[in-house]
Amino acid sequence: MNILEFTVLVAAGSFVAGLLGSLTGLGGGVVLVPLLTLFFKVDIRYAIGASLVSVIATSSGAAAAYVREGFSNIRIGMFLEIATTLGALLGAFMAAFIPTKGLAIIFGLMLLYSAYLSRRPRPRAARNLPPDALATRLRMNGEFPSEEGGMRHYNVQSVPTGFGLMFGAGALSGLLGIGSGAVKVLAMDQAMKIPFKVSTTTSNFMIGVTAAASAGIYFNRGYIDPGLSMPVMLGVLAGSLVGVRILVKAETKVLRIVFAVVIAFLGLQMLYTGITGRI
Amino acid sequence: MTNWTDQRIEMAVGRLLQTGVVLAATVVTIGAAIYLVRHAWEPVGYGVFHGEPAEYRTVPGILHGVATLSGRGYIQLGLLLLIATPVARVAFSVWAFAAEKDKMYVGITLFVLAVLLYSLFGSGSAF
Repeated sequence: MNILEFTVLVAAGSFVAGLLGSLTGLGGGVVLVPLLTLFFKVDIRYAIGASLVSVIATSSGAAAAYVREGFSNIRIGMFLEIATTLGALLGAFMAAFIPTKGLAIIFGLMLLYSAYLSRRPRPRAARNLPPDALATRLRMNGEFPSEEGGMRHYNVQSVPTGFGLMFGAGALSGLLGIGSGAVKVLAMDQAMKIPFKVSTTTSNFMIGVTAAASAGIYFNRGYIDPGLSMPVMLGVLAGSLVGVRILVKAETKVLRIVFAVVIAFLGLQMLYTGITGRI
Repeated sequence: MTNWTDQRIEMAVGRLLQTGVVLAATVVTIGAAIYLVRHAWEPVGYGVFHGEPAEYRTVPGILHGVATLSGRGYIQLGLLLLIATPVARVAFSVWAFAAEKDKMYVGITLFVLAVLLYSLFGSGSAF
């Protein structure tokens, strides 16, 4: 394969990954690394570096659309970014010491867990919880435009648990080059009892900052290759922007099931290549 | 000083992020055009990891590449701009929280900014 063919094929694959990622809300990063390593035979470290860059692009590109709706909470986001950026530093440092086989196995497990998470029914969020002392001190409680019209107030719970989970999300992000949006939403929506819409938009906001914390290290270490990152970044960005445009009209339920199956399949494939050492 | 409500801050932040991404994508596209015109027919080799040379991972190396119209130099400059975009967002938030006289969040945001700057400049040989 020559550079032109490689660039066009990788850009097309990245476009589809970005499109599906934004349509299903599962993020394009999770399928990018398996796509690059399994089908394009790219070394996993280059793949992780390129994926990290595309994660920053989609998060920042979508942010403008999200903030207009007034759902995200910058105080919650900023406070939790302490945890995600420190986790991302740890993850990026660890990536240098874990053999590529190990990275593939961790990646495979993460994919299987994401597929499971996306199919699990979400318990209905409790409303009108009493204010928590720490969350109140940190001025995290807020309000957002509700479906019934008017503003709905929410009180944030279990800040330490959420903080711990966010550290884990950051470490995964730095180690695997993904946005770990699923873990971030889990921490905010399930542990901290933040309304789902506020959780997802705030998570998107945090993903870019988290990825930037590890991207600096990857860049300095020479893991970010221009010839590979270029088609990945442009492809994923274009795909996710198109995805956001058609999201309003599309019926995503079937698509989410299909994508979850694809993720599970890629997870098994990554596990297999990792265990057999063919990576 | 105008009254910076959370909503107005977020709108400004959204525009900042969008501008950064558009700028980065433009620079990367310019680099892509130069790179593809010069190297389209060469074979690819990403199966073996060797790490990028200083030319593509340090700021002086990249700036030299940009000055000499290296396609890969432009791509790396675009990627650096992209990585800098969330950092600029955090730096802007420091100022916004200061305008709201929220000292606790100025402190929290400064800490996040320090972690990001360490990652970019303190962790390796970028400069």
